[in-house]
Amino acid sequence: MPLEDYEIIIGLEVHAELKTESKVFCGCSTKFGAQPNSQVCPVCLGLPGTLPVLNKRALELTILAGLALNCKIAEHTGFDRKQYFYPDLPKGYQISQFDRPICYDGFIEILADDRDGNEVKRVGINRVHLEEESGKSVHSGTGILDSSYSLLDYNRSGIPLIEIVSEPDLRSPQEARRFLEELKRLLEYTGVSDCKMEEGSLRCDANVSLRKRGETRFGVKCEIKNMNSFRAVEAAILHEAERQAELLDAGEQVEPQTRGWDELTGTTVFMRSKESSSDYRYLPDPDLVDLVIDAGMVEALRENLPEMPGQKRRRYVEELKIPEYDAELISGSRNLAEYFESVVAVYNGPAKIVSNWVMGEFLRLINQEKVEIEDAKISPEEFAAVLRLVDNGTISGSVAKGVFEEVFRTGEDPESIVKRQGLAQISDADELSAVVDGIIEANPKAVEDVKSGNHKAIGFLVGQVMKETKGQANPKVVNQLLRDRLGL
Amino acid sequence: MALTADDVNQIARLARLSLSENEAESFAGSLNGILDYVQKIDEVDTGGVEPTSRVARLSNVVREDRVEPSLSTEEALSNAPDKSGEYFRVPRVLEINE
Amino acid sequence: MELISKPVHELIDLLETRAISSEELVGQYLDRIEQVEPTIKAFITVDREGALEAARAVDESRRDGKAPSRLAGIPVAVKDNICTKGMATTCASEILKDFVSPYDAYVIERLRSAGMIIVGKTNMDEFAMGSSTENSAFFPTRNPWDLDRVPGGSSGGSAAAVASGEVPVALGSDTGGSVRTPASYCGVVGLKPTYGLVSRYGLVPYASSLDQVGILAGNVRDCAIMLGAIAGHDPRDSTSVKTERVDYEARLYNDIAGRVVGIPRECFGGPIDPHVTESVYAATKTLERLGARVQEVSIPTLQYALAVYYVIGPAEASASLARYDGVAFGYRYKQAEDSVSMFMETRGRGLGPEVKRRILIGTYVLSEGNYDRYFRKAMQVRTLIKKEFEQALEHCDVLVTPTTPTVAFRLGEKTDDPMSMYMSDMCTVVANLAGVPAVSVPCAKHEGCPIGLQLIGRSLDEALLLNIAYAYEQASGFEIEKASVV
Repeated sequence: MPLEDYEIIIGLEVHAELKTESKVFCGCSTKFGAQPNSQVCPVCLGLPGTLPVLNKRALELTILAGLALNCKIAEHTGFDRKQYFYPDLPKGYQISQFDRPICYDGFIEILADDRDGNEVKRVGINRVHLEEESGKSVHSGTGILDSSYSLLDYNRSGIPLIEIVSEPDLRSPQEARRFLEELKRLLEYTGVSDCKMEEGSLRCDANVSLRKRGETRFGVKCEIKNMNSFRAVEAAILHEAERQAELLDAGEQVEPQTRGWDELTGTTVFMRSKESSSDYRYLPDPDLVDLVIDAGMVEALRENLPEMPGQKRRRYVEELKIPEYDAELISGSRNLAEYFESVVAVYNGPAKIVSNWVMGEFLRLINQEKVEIEDAKISPEEFAAVLRLVDNGTISGSVAKGVFEEVFRTGEDPESIVKRQGLAQISDADELSAVVDGIIEANPKAVEDVKSGNHKAIGFLVGQVMKETKGQANPKVVNQLLRDRLGL
Repeated sequence: MALTADDVNQIARLARLSLSENEAESFAGSLNGILDYVQKIDEVDTGGVEPTSRVARLSNVVREDRVEPSLSTEEALSNAPDKSGEYFRVPRVLEINE
Repeated sequence: MELISKPVHELIDLLETRAISSEELVGQYLDRIEQVEPTIKAFITVDREGALEAARAVDESRRDGKAPSRLAGIPVAVKDNICTKGMATTCASEILKDFVSPYDAYVIERLRSAGMIIVGKTNMDEFAMGSSTENSAFFPTRNPWDLDRVPGGSSGGSAAAVASGEVPVALGSDTGGSVRTPASYCGVVGLKPTYGLVSRYGLVPYASSLDQVGILAGNVRDCAIMLGAIAGHDPRDSTSVKTERVDYEARLYNDIAGRVVGIPRECFGGPIDPHVTESVYAATKTLERLGARVQEVSIPTLQYALAVYYVIGPAEASASLARYDGVAFGYRYKQAEDSVSMFMETRGRGLGPEVKRRILIGTYVLSEGNYDRYFRKAMQVRTLIKKEFEQALEHCDVLVTPTTPTVAFRLGEKTDDPMSMYMSDMCTVVANLAGVPAVSVPCAKHEGCPIGLQLIGRSLDEALLLNIAYAYEQASGFEIEKASVV
């Protein structure tokens, strides 16, 4: 039976590190990439007698995440100890939340798998809870199983982490990927997390099961771990679905397992059986007090919530009249969107022109020079100034590209660049006549074409004049001059 | 239903405690005695009663998000039973963490 | 001048008038320690050199008129589950035998900044689990009044050290009676403050919702002075309460006429020795003579307190003690070939039988299928106990009970029967469950051994509790009686 005959049921569990300066229960720095065990203290090492004190910002960011994911926010909540033994877990328990997550019952919207790709699908968010990171193990040898020892770095221990659990609403690997992309966008937008998968600040596990189409009961699920990119999530889920389909086709049972994605072989491999699932022996953490989150606190945070990417996209298309594709791309990054909006705000012309330049020259240079948008030397004012120089005919569009690049690199005022380099557009017919005459003389074939009725060839001649004047000639004036000369 | 030595070993496994055979037997005895005693709480009607996990009448105790000095790596490692360079070292790990 | 039998408040005067130096004072106590320690065995660590050095530094600052506080130069002993930077903190356990904390507990910071002289760390039941100090992994401590008897526990070392004149005052910790029980057995004053009044930062937990740092002193006044030195808000302990600073000593002398003293009916009979009952009733007569109104009260859920305690305490302990796994600090079984067997063997070999027993109980009551039946149920009964207690304390200023059912028992007498050992805490655990303050003061002797009277007060009203205890102490004439060891 082909995979198409099965429905793939996917639920995701995403862990995201919160963007705080200090750890969730102590004052150690959260900065990535420090020397091993240099950002640790008695609290995050779990030394006897130490006590946790909650980082206020971590709580706020968790609530913000919940709001961005359309969740309800718990009024009364608190922390629990989740007990298990592992070398990178210093206390033998993780401070987490068991039955009272800070956020619950939310959703996000993604594009569903349908033919025209325009149908919006709502994916349920079961819960978002706050917990602490464990330390990091470095295993000797090539993999965990053939190592003779492991080394431990507790710099990561105690970094605030949220766990986001989706409902099993996703139906394809592509949907899962889109869900993650949207989730990442939302978390970045709200400033909740950096979401850097390569640094491990965003991690994802997937629960996958199959059922025959038409069936209403869920099948047996397997959990997949170790997926280090969105592409890996998509590939791993597809592979896992195929594996389960083969088992079911052969009349076998799917065993509840935890499986790991192996990037090299492109397969999921057995890690452990779910039957031996851990007994975490949760209990309320007596070292921490209750959290009472009142409406005032939630509303204050809600007011700080930025406009979400979906809202922006809609506004860009409807109010700013920019193309859907541009709107999607620009709204996808909060930094880019904010930059775009600042340019639009200072520029008096159509937003469409701004989006053309943002999508074109600006992003080309950003990518080429590998600079972050917030570090770009060209200010929104300068950006707009370049566009205005084109609008008022001071420079031509092609000269403008050079000026733009110059401002991008140096941050110099566009007008002074134009002045200093003598780039202003030549609109004076007398000044251009000599050049036009020269071009007519040098291109008899094109001139012949024009005269014999191929009016398109005039574009070629205009281009030649532009080339000759290094782009400074006013193309409208050149066009008129050519027409006059050739008697059109 | 009284706990057997096997039950005790299973609990000990969860708590990562190795027990000798004698210990398992003797703990089975004392655990049963203690559990028998504590079962008297069953007599209390606790319908609709909220559990008390902390006595402090405090809520929302938080700290500002400010970085404070950490220990030096040397201090952090000062009690380590085994270390390697700047790391703590443990024998091989056969299980995968969450 | 013989200083050993003098109370702290007199020593303060002698130091402040510079009639004696701290070096002299600490020297006499260190000599006393040397003399009685082979018999009593109250200390795990004695820091002779460090203590003398600190004493000389205090003497110098006092000469310059810069004594950090009036307690500056007074020696103090600290239970070995309170973290001291640079001095081992073992919790009387093999698993922490060589552990040296890189930080000071909040109370240690307070003692040091007050200029008190920490002479050493005292013996205890391993991880504060026990009522006799026989569960120390190293050696038992003996009761100064009768060397064949236990000093009580778990702060047995601190109580015995005060009772035998090795230090004038000591810190302990109290999770279910661990300050008050040894105070009762050793004939000293033992205070467990309100939960949250003294920061737990640096107190190695047994059960965080019940633990409090407490004081063992020769008399109520010294206890009040010490409480002033360690009480206060600490931002590193989320459960630390913000309160006004109180001069507990100044409040000792108020008249207690008209105060209402409640006697909970449920705390008598059963396993309570009739001699103990008689002594407590005699004590209430003394309070009545002082003008207090004594009345019987009923707290029906009190009979479940011990059962609740032996679910909640072990449950919390099973998590609190999970960190002793041989990874980052403490003992490790080095022959293990993989981490799981390292965990199993490190904990199996490094922890003693009573600690293992409580971890097993705690693990069991929290494991799948048992949580609601045991742990949640115990937390619910705790709610009821707390409520009944608070109600009783609405119309009573204090409640009075025996501290322990009997006088100190003999070494080895209860080691094979954990349940009978646990019964020693039957009158004390309730103050921890409810989070209220309680103090034990000596009220009589039987078979040459002290009997303790427990007074339980209202939350954060240590001033009134100590006021009534002090009035009683003055009227009963039990003050300053030191055990005549060796």
